[in-house]
Amino acid sequence: MITNNVGIVNEMCIYDVAIIGGGVIGCNIARYLSKYNLKICLIEKESDVACRTSSANSGIVHAGYDAVPGTLKAKFNVRGNEMMDEISHDLDVPFKRIGSLVIAFDEKDMEILKELYERGISNGVPDMQILDGNQVREKEPAVNSKVIGALYAPTAGIICPYELTIGAAEIAVQNGVELMLDSEVVAIKVVHIDVKNIENTSGSVDGINIGKVYEIELKGSQTKIYSRYIVNAAGVYSDKIAAMVGDTSFTVTPRKGEYLLMDKNQGKIVNSVIFQTPSQMGKGILVSPTVDGNLLLGPTAKNIEDKEDISTDRTGLSQVIQGALRSVPDVDLSKVITSFSGLRAVSSTGDFIIGESKAARGFINVAGIESPGLTAAPAIAEYVAQLLEKAGLILVLKDNYMKVRKPFKRFRNLQENELRELIKKNPLYGNIICRCEKVSAAEIVEAIRRPAGARTLDGVKRRTRAGMGRCQGGFCTPRIMHILSQELGIPMEKVTKSGGDSWMILNR
Amino acid sequence: MESIGFVEFWKVIDMREAGLIKNIDLIGDADFIEEADPIKEDFIEEDLVKGADFADFIKETDLIVIGGGPAGLAAAIEARERGVEDIIIIERDQELGGILQQCIHTGFGLKIFKEELTGPEYAGRFIKQLEEKNIQYMLNTMVIDITREKVVTAVNPSEGLLKLKAKAIILAMGCRERTRGALNIPGTRPAGVYTAGTAQRLINIEGYMPGKNVVILGSGDIGLIMARRLTLEGAQVKMVCELMPYPGGLKRNIVQCLEDFNIPLKLSHTVVNIHGNKRLEGVTIARVDENRKPIPGTEEYVECDTLLLSVGLIPENELSSEAGVEIDPLTGGPVVNDSMETSIRGIFACGNVVHVHDLVDNVTEESRIAGRGAAEYILAGLHERKGGLARNQEGLKYIGVTHEKEIQEKGKEIQKNEIKENEIKEGETQENAVWVRPGKGIRYVVPQKILPGHLLNPVDGYSKNEIKLLFRVNNIYSNVRISLMAEGKTVHSVKRLKVAPGEMESMSITKRLMEKIMAEFEHTDTDEERNLNKEKGKKEVILQLEEISI
Ligand SMILES: Cc1cc2nc3c(=O)[nH]c(=O)nc-3n(C[C@H](O)[C@H](O)[C@H](O)COP(=O)(O)OP(=O)(O)OC[C@H]3O[C@@H](n4cnc5c(N)ncnc54)[C@H](O)[C@@H]3O)c2cc1C
Ligand SMILES: Cc1cc2nc3c(=O)[nH]c(=O)nc-3n(C[C@H](O)[C@H](O)[C@H](O)COP(=O)(O)OP(=O)(O)OC[C@H]3O[C@@H](n4cnc5c(N)ncnc54)[C@H](O)[C@@H]3O)c2cc1C
Repeated sequence: MITNNVGIVNEMCIYDVAIIGGGVIGCNIARYLSKYNLKICLIEKESDVACRTSSANSGIVHAGYDAVPGTLKAKFNVRGNEMMDEISHDLDVPFKRIGSLVIAFDEKDMEILKELYERGISNGVPDMQILDGNQVREKEPAVNSKVIGALYAPTAGIICPYELTIGAAEIAVQNGVELMLDSEVVAIKVVHIDVKNIENTSGSVDGINIGKVYEIELKGSQTKIYSRYIVNAAGVYSDKIAAMVGDTSFTVTPRKGEYLLMDKNQGKIVNSVIFQTPSQMGKGILVSPTVDGNLLLGPTAKNIEDKEDISTDRTGLSQVIQGALRSVPDVDLSKVITSFSGLRAVSSTGDFIIGESKAARGFINVAGIESPGLTAAPAIAEYVAQLLEKAGLILVLKDNYMKVRKPFKRFRNLQENELRELIKKNPLYGNIICRCEKVSAAEIVEAIRRPAGARTLDGVKRRTRAGMGRCQGGFCTPRIMHILSQELGIPMEKVTKSGGDSWMILNR
Repeated sequence: MESIGFVEFWKVIDMREAGLIKNIDLIGDADFIEEADPIKEDFIEEDLVKGADFADFIKETDLIVIGGGPAGLAAAIEARERGVEDIIIIERDQELGGILQQCIHTGFGLKIFKEELTGPEYAGRFIKQLEEKNIQYMLNTMVIDITREKVVTAVNPSEGLLKLKAKAIILAMGCRERTRGALNIPGTRPAGVYTAGTAQRLINIEGYMPGKNVVILGSGDIGLIMARRLTLEGAQVKMVCELMPYPGGLKRNIVQCLEDFNIPLKLSHTVVNIHGNKRLEGVTIARVDENRKPIPGTEEYVECDTLLLSVGLIPENELSSEAGVEIDPLTGGPVVNDSMETSIRGIFACGNVVHVHDLVDNVTEESRIAGRGAAEYILAGLHERKGGLARNQEGLKYIGVTHEKEIQEKGKEIQKNEIKENEIKEGETQENAVWVRPGKGIRYVVPQKILPGHLLNPVDGYSKNEIKLLFRVNNIYSNVRISLMAEGKTVHSVKRLKVAPGEMESMSITKRLMEKIMAEFEHTDTDEERNLNKEKGKKEVILQLEEISI
């Protein structure tokens, strides 16, 4: 890290906090901080938030019995779980507390259940219960008849992970956070700048860090970003970002998890999240309904090297199938609609790494956030604010903070009379674009126009479900491309699936 | 006739409608219990009080056709020719013609028009007839729900949510394409992986090229046609891979679309991996063994920016299933009888929604049968005849009722819990139906059910000279005999030199053959067997294939 003097910089260009990474962690930190009078930017290398791990995981709000007592994982899991009702309401994110079962096939498994139960008690998980085989089957008639017992945790739930991220980003942007997409951080320096007698945005004159700020360099861009504090929430890349400020105290290994997503006609086969007993590599293959009514099978767990590799392979997918059938033998495997994978950010310390870096003042690592990171996200955000305050950032609440996201009116959720009224006001509600999920043109336009709106087909898909159904976009893709082209004012040739070079059309 | 928007449509309904409203059979169960359902009354009252606009009411019509592709068009025209007055076709696209509008190649209509037309030309002929016959249609209107009681809910931008009640419905929604997910191809998820039909729409309707270096998976007709189309548009089609040891599409398409352009067809090959993070960079293909499993060591990397999937079509039956129409797992479409009537009386189906057709002429023929069936159903007033099964001393008996009065009189006779509304028609109870089952070597047969009365003793104009069984074989065979079996005996058989799953086959059942079949049933109908049959509740004939040596 080189320190040099860059001369006079317009103070308007200096951020109080730069958050690197637009996953569920970065976005929720941005949301939480946006209630304070701060100048914040959220920097994301992809064309949208929620592109990486935060869109490809199990979507479980864990009860909190997995983590070893005393770890950050345990602490933030339980706290995050408690916060989820309010957050999901505020952010208009589908969330259902459907409970979870860890099933046992033999006495050894039963021992593990007891251990998990004890951990849960120490971590403060409420209302857990150990069920016998009959009680399990009463709750879940479809589970394997060989199951002899289960740990039942009623506070576990399912949530839409990308909505939790997108909703948070939307609130953040609405409250003034600047979202920088297609912006990959490639270098960070500490620089000295002269800012004379200027009030900074937190209202005080010349905070302690003034004069010494971080200069962030983005790939392919001349313009630098200056910020007094940095939050490193770059997921599997958080070790690389930390290394940019000389912090090499940890590494992050991607651990791949592969999934199969099944048609909605399989979604009711189980009522709660069905886990098997955990192993060294994680919680094993689960079978769970999703909040949208599909059935999810997975994930596998395999350490890999390439932090970009989210491919699936035959071996992985057959492991998913075997694991799932062991729990619920009657899953109809002909009803697969897609497969995908996500990368856990497994840290070299074995726990979440959350704290100010020893190598760089005002640089907060939020690294190695593997499972239960989604659950923990709101709790982590709260804690990061405290850390920043401790590091000298002055937190003054705004009086015009918007806490609640404007609800997204969705065709498929509306009553007939509501629909009638709505179509009268906005005829685009009468134009169904995605037939499988019943998504109207109005919703697609809104998904693009909202703060932190969609720029790509995948962005539209995550915000509206258009293209997520049985036909996987066969019908709606050309139609959505048209809307994107119109709304963004770009030619069809410039429409992408997921940003970058993911062009949908290669030439006329 | 111009496409009528619903605004004009409602103009047609004069103020009488408001007065009539009380007589309209409103949404809800069409039970014929004496007392009116209080909930219905409430509904009417409330709407009248609020002076809600017409769109809140249910518009009544004779026939609703869902889908304006060739199937819907042919069925509607046939129904009109047979005297049905009020017909509405509902189409979600901005024009009629269905999938034909994007099939700009020739090869349509050899049978019906005796010439080679392009898809749009073929559709054009029907659209012209439709307009001459003044059949109404709505465009940009998506049907989102149908019920057993034949209430159709649809939505469009100009009129919003619409509710229509019909005497009969024809389902003609076509089919959708199977996707990568259904095949479970591992790899990355880049842009550039399209189903062939989506790519076809992009090129032929929107005028955009999805890519330049193309691999096509699946040798179904759409894939073959697209191989040629892309080549003509300047793309390089590297190969067509087919999982099976034989091609999926029509022979003529293999010749005209691949061989004429030197595009290699790799049989017994599949795509086992997809590469590239943002845009597709290549695929790995591999040879498969006789169980269709990739053979390790045969993998080969093929650079390409586009992968088209032409891996099968699935009849689009979400609406049908939700309404309770029975679906045949073998076709993915409704179980139909020889009038193309589904398991719900008065709901008919035709075209690709029933089973996937390769030739539009077959769709047209099948759809005319559905149109005729619906017309006969409506004109015979069957929709008004409510009735059910009642048990008396003689056993289970059908009791038909036509008027409110009759309902009141006979209602007492009929025990409510034994009523199977809409399932039975006079003289054609399920007991009389003959089921057609696919046997050895046959993948499926349509219709799945024959009502012998249609050939043997015509009632109410329900008479036919022949009933055509359409079927597909499950593999390629040469020198086969295809036989129809009743009670273990061959009642009819035909020989074929070569058969393939890609080409639909047919067999006609004439009056004479039907008599022969029925004789077999009579023959074996000893008392004991009759009882057995009754228990089974079904008479069935089996279509099967055997290889013969010559
Ligand atoms: C298989 C699997 C299953 C899981 N299941 C659950 C579960 O059921 N419940 C649960 O609570 N948790 C679960 N998790 C964990 C949870 O998904 C993660 O903890 C969470 O998504 C992490 O969010 P994040 O924001 O840290 O990471 P990400 O979502 O990966 O976000 C990091 C972002 O940083 C961006 N970035 C990286 N480098 C740069 C750079 N140089 N410049 C700019 N931007 C950059 C990336 O593009 C990315 O968008 C699961 C994880 C996996 C992989
Ligand atoms: C790519 C391709 C190439 C072909 N090539 C040939 C050829 O060369 N020669 C030949 O003879 N045959 C060919 N065929 C076969 C023939 O064209 C089809 O079998 C025929 O079009 C099927 O007709 P259909 O009306 O059943 O379905 P479709 O044409 O698919 O029509 C169904 C219609 O229903 C509408 N619809 C569906 N759901 C709803 C809803 N909920 N509300 C309102 N409307 C709805 C759809 O928009 C569509 O317009 C080809 C088919 C394809 C797909």
